[in-house]
Amino acid sequence: MQSFGRKDTILLIVVALLVLLAPVILNPFPQASSLAQFNAGYPDLMQRFVIFGIFAIGFNILFGLTGYLSFGHAAFLGAGSYAAVWMFKLLSMNVIPAIVLAVVVGGLFAALIGYVSLRRSGIYFSILTLAFAQMSFALAYSVLTPLTNGETGLQLSLSDPRIFDPAATGSLPTTNLFGIDMRATTTIFAGPWEFQLNAGYYMSGLIMLVAFWLSIRIFRSPFGMMLRAVKSNQQRMSYTGLSTRPYTLAAFVISGMYAGLAGGLLAAMDPLAGAERMQWTASGEVVLMTILGGAGSLIGPVLGAGFIKYFENIFSKINDSVLHTWFGALPDGLETALVTLVHPFVGKGWHLTLGLLFMLVVIFLPGGLVEGGRRIRGVVGRRNRKAGDPEARAASKQPAE
Amino acid sequence: MTKATFTRRGLLRTGAATGAGLAMPTIFTGASWAQGQGFTNAPTGDTVTLGFNVPQTGPYADEGADELRAFELAVEHLNGEGDGGMLQTFSEKNLDGTGIMGKRVAFVTGDTQTKSDAARASARSMIEKDGAIMISGGSSSGVAVAVQGLCQEAGVIFMSGLTHSNDTTGKDKKANGFRHFFNAYQSGAAMGPVLESLYGTDRRAYHLTADYTWGWTTQESMQAVTEDLGWETVNNVLTPLAATDFSSYIAPVLNSGADVLFLNHYGGNMVNSLTNAVQFGLKEAQANGKQFEIVVPLYSELMARGAGRNIAGIPGSQNWDWKLENELGSRYVGTNAFTQSFGTKYGFPPSQAAHTCYVQTLLYADAVQRAGSFNPCAVAEALEDFEFDGMGNGPTLYRGADHQCFKDVVVTRGKENPENEFDLVEIIEATPTEQVTYEPDHPMFAGGALGECNPGA
Amino acid sequence: MDAILLQILNGLDKGSAYALIALGLTLIFGTLGVVNFAHGALFMIGAFCAVTLQRILTLSQTTIDETRTDFLGNPMQVDTPYVVLWFGESTGAAIVDWAVPLAILFAIPVMLIVGVVMERGLIQHFYKRPHADQILVTFGLAIVLQEIIKAFYGANPIPTPAPQAFRGSFDFGVLVGFDPNTIIYPYWRLVYFAFAAIIIAAVFAFLRYTTFGMVVRAGMADRETVGLLGINIDRRFTAMFGIAAAVAGLAGVMYAPINAPNYHMGMDFLVLSFVVVVVGGMGSLAGAVLAGFLLGILESFASMTAVIDLIPGINQIIIYLVAIIVLLARPRGLMGRRGVMEE
Repeated sequence: MQSFGRKDTILLIVVALLVLLAPVILNPFPQASSLAQFNAGYPDLMQRFVIFGIFAIGFNILFGLTGYLSFGHAAFLGAGSYAAVWMFKLLSMNVIPAIVLAVVVGGLFAALIGYVSLRRSGIYFSILTLAFAQMSFALAYSVLTPLTNGETGLQLSLSDPRIFDPAATGSLPTTNLFGIDMRATTTIFAGPWEFQLNAGYYMSGLIMLVAFWLSIRIFRSPFGMMLRAVKSNQQRMSYTGLSTRPYTLAAFVISGMYAGLAGGLLAAMDPLAGAERMQWTASGEVVLMTILGGAGSLIGPVLGAGFIKYFENIFSKINDSVLHTWFGALPDGLETALVTLVHPFVGKGWHLTLGLLFMLVVIFLPGGLVEGGRRIRGVVGRRNRKAGDPEARAASKQPAE
Repeated sequence: MTKATFTRRGLLRTGAATGAGLAMPTIFTGASWAQGQGFTNAPTGDTVTLGFNVPQTGPYADEGADELRAFELAVEHLNGEGDGGMLQTFSEKNLDGTGIMGKRVAFVTGDTQTKSDAARASARSMIEKDGAIMISGGSSSGVAVAVQGLCQEAGVIFMSGLTHSNDTTGKDKKANGFRHFFNAYQSGAAMGPVLESLYGTDRRAYHLTADYTWGWTTQESMQAVTEDLGWETVNNVLTPLAATDFSSYIAPVLNSGADVLFLNHYGGNMVNSLTNAVQFGLKEAQANGKQFEIVVPLYSELMARGAGRNIAGIPGSQNWDWKLENELGSRYVGTNAFTQSFGTKYGFPPSQAAHTCYVQTLLYADAVQRAGSFNPCAVAEALEDFEFDGMGNGPTLYRGADHQCFKDVVVTRGKENPENEFDLVEIIEATPTEQVTYEPDHPMFAGGALGECNPGA
Repeated sequence: MDAILLQILNGLDKGSAYALIALGLTLIFGTLGVVNFAHGALFMIGAFCAVTLQRILTLSQTTIDETRTDFLGNPMQVDTPYVVLWFGESTGAAIVDWAVPLAILFAIPVMLIVGVVMERGLIQHFYKRPHADQILVTFGLAIVLQEIIKAFYGANPIPTPAPQAFRGSFDFGVLVGFDPNTIIYPYWRLVYFAFAAIIIAAVFAFLRYTTFGMVVRAGMADRETVGLLGINIDRRFTAMFGIAAAVAGLAGVMYAPINAPNYHMGMDFLVLSFVVVVVGGMGSLAGAVLAGFLLGILESFASMTAVIDLIPGINQIIIYLVAIIVLLARPRGLMGRRGVMEE
């Protein structure tokens, strides 16, 4: 458990391959087919997958290891976004200063809130973080409008100083990494398929890989062990004379920095920071992502993030006319019946589908999505190797990592 | 450096054909793609895709649903189905039911969730994934401004839906964004004379204002207008957006020396604050020897339904009402044509949100037709300083300087005895355009710049 | 002085709603150890019981009136409620008018059934699961419940007025010797406050003076021992869940005339009621009630102009600020027992 083992290396390589090939994997349906509706391989959504993946990985360092359930992590993401957009407005459209400041601001903000909130544990800690985040949201929406532009969200404007960049003329500048435009997209047409390779996505993906690698290191380090000990029995820890606060605070700040990083990246992909990013529903979302994917596992939170963002972006766009195209080939009566049947679950009903899936996953897969993966592997493994293979048995006993 | 693009779809067919022919992937980088076409998402097949981005979840979902109905109707009419609606009354006759420039109109829909973040994600997916050439819809100013900014960067046209804040065509105006809906300043300007004739010149006003940009601009406009009438402003209290119970804000009003209460609230906030005000007996109260009055600057028929009987007698302003042509005559031609086709299809009259979305879609289609190109810059040029009629609002101007429509503003009042839930308001008057026109550099709208139109290439 | 009294009255009213929801929430937590994110949804369903009964009472016979036309120019359809047809104009109208109070009778069985079904069908499988799983499953359930309501009733608020007799307000200030118009209080809010007081008293009396309540209280303190004594504590806990659901539902029914119900009103109250429970002390019924009223009153004070002028934005954050201060100064909440839910 201590070092970066062979399994971790394999996991990292698999994730790296997935990130690299995502534009292909996520676009399995030919562009003209009616199933193209389910394609998720366009820049905006892929960026959201990896960015919210980072957010959830960071959240998992706190929640998965220490068991401290923060209900206010969205505040750090929001603060990171505001910091990044201010960098774009004041300094330069280069994403580096923006992302660096976002991480710093996320970390500082987390240190402040964490220092106070970690005086309590359990649900009291959750409510404290929730209260801080809701206060941040309410103030960002109203009193702090000069800083946050309130309801509308902080945006770029032509009159921003941007002291390191040449003056903008006519149209707004775009974010870039030393000249590489974050929105630059190369489209590959392969037969009926179409794949979009986007610069911003690959930069975010690379950062996510680093973040992922770092989280594996933390999970495997003595520091990670200490955090796990906090989770299993904090009292016993304190009886041994060890103060756990510095460790939990460190975990809190690290996860706050991950959140700030995610916020900064969101702004780097699309330079806007809105107050809703700090609302409790946004904090709740990352909790749901982590639990849904599998809290405490390495890859789970990323899966959970992808799952929720997929439904939000893909299912909400399926409307009745799309349904009619799908079932158009069927006899009229059957077509209408099927459309009526599916209608409540898609389009404006995407919340319903998501709510049902939350329930199904938590009822049937207590360990989240990774548990599902492990069960499938278990079934396949049993078939392939037959029972009794020591390695398979050991693997199935291992926690989801 | 590669050029920024939100590429897609258009070249699909050619790309696919070449790819298949050579049995090798064809690659278009952003730059070459843009150079070939000149603008984002140029439609090359026989269809053109429009993106309708409306709230489908959250408190404004019903308003979003009504907008979506109107969009579907507009697409039907553009494609030559149905009874043609306002195409028959529109002063321009370029649209003949064969789609836009001969291309059949297709559409995609998305959910703004009434959050600027989600709205931009949804709009981006329409542009990047579905190849939408125009985005329209929405039910709040925050979302409108956010999506307008995105469309400016992406190089597509944004035809905003319901957005009433001065900022949309004020400090946050963009070259690629166009607003047909009226704004807070115009509400104030239109209501001033009506308030004077209803309540006189010696009044003391108390404002409850939703604590965000739209609330502030509305309050500012109403205060300016009423003070010009000689009214005094007693107090302005900001209420949290998340408030559901306004009793603690309403209760002190009666004892404040005020005799008129302005509720600068919209949607759910408006329903709750108005319901609370009526509960506290403000409608029957006397103050300063006068009847106490309540004013709601921006009316929304859908939300008025939520307030039920409480809206009786309360004045407010609207962009449009389905009874306009019947009650105020043929100046508002188009109203009946639209109400007829909407009512026939859905069984009830359309809301002002539906109307503005329908009109925006038609105006966009017509501008493309006149420009002879889908290029956003050509379309923007065709819309700028464009004068038209027959869309239900009387003669209308799309001002080039700020992309705001100028037309009559309807001042309405809640009916005392509504016959059904769709007929809750009566029209007091339609304030003529001249009274609600302002200079583009008016202080309430200052601070922004349109910039240059961006075709995305 | 009158301004302060005014805000205390307003706060009591807001506090009644908070207290009722938090009471049920802490009851479920205290007896079952379940963090129930669907509790706001139960409040919402209660409000929609009132809406539903109103709809049922106004079920109408549709006749066509050839003499009038609707907005499309077709003959007007006239709806006459069946109750009016059956009981005559005045009695029928009176029955419709009293829909909300009548909905109490309708809501009690509905909410009990909803609560019991929820506990037996779903919650009971989560007693031994981590709080995180409980949050996920009840949050999922809350979304499903509110989406179902949205599918039937739409997203708009639905006006659900109080009976004619309770509309309007009276001048409370004059009664206690202030100038007229200083303290106005609506009748229905007085009804709501009295109703909340009765429900709270009933729940306390029930737990205090019945054997059933005694067993439940014993179970809250030490579930295992009670089980060892051969008492079927599970059945009683199911009943407790039903009662908690009914309390939330009744709070919703009576709240419907104050603010027109919409499908997400439960979510609006959810976070607040959690704060109330924690400030009161997890698992403490009296604490939940006390905190509910306290936060309601403080929220009203924070909305006074004088206070906002002093600290801008205070009305936006007061509840959270109080929660932070209470939790830091008194970690168990106002009346909580030491050690509950701290791990």
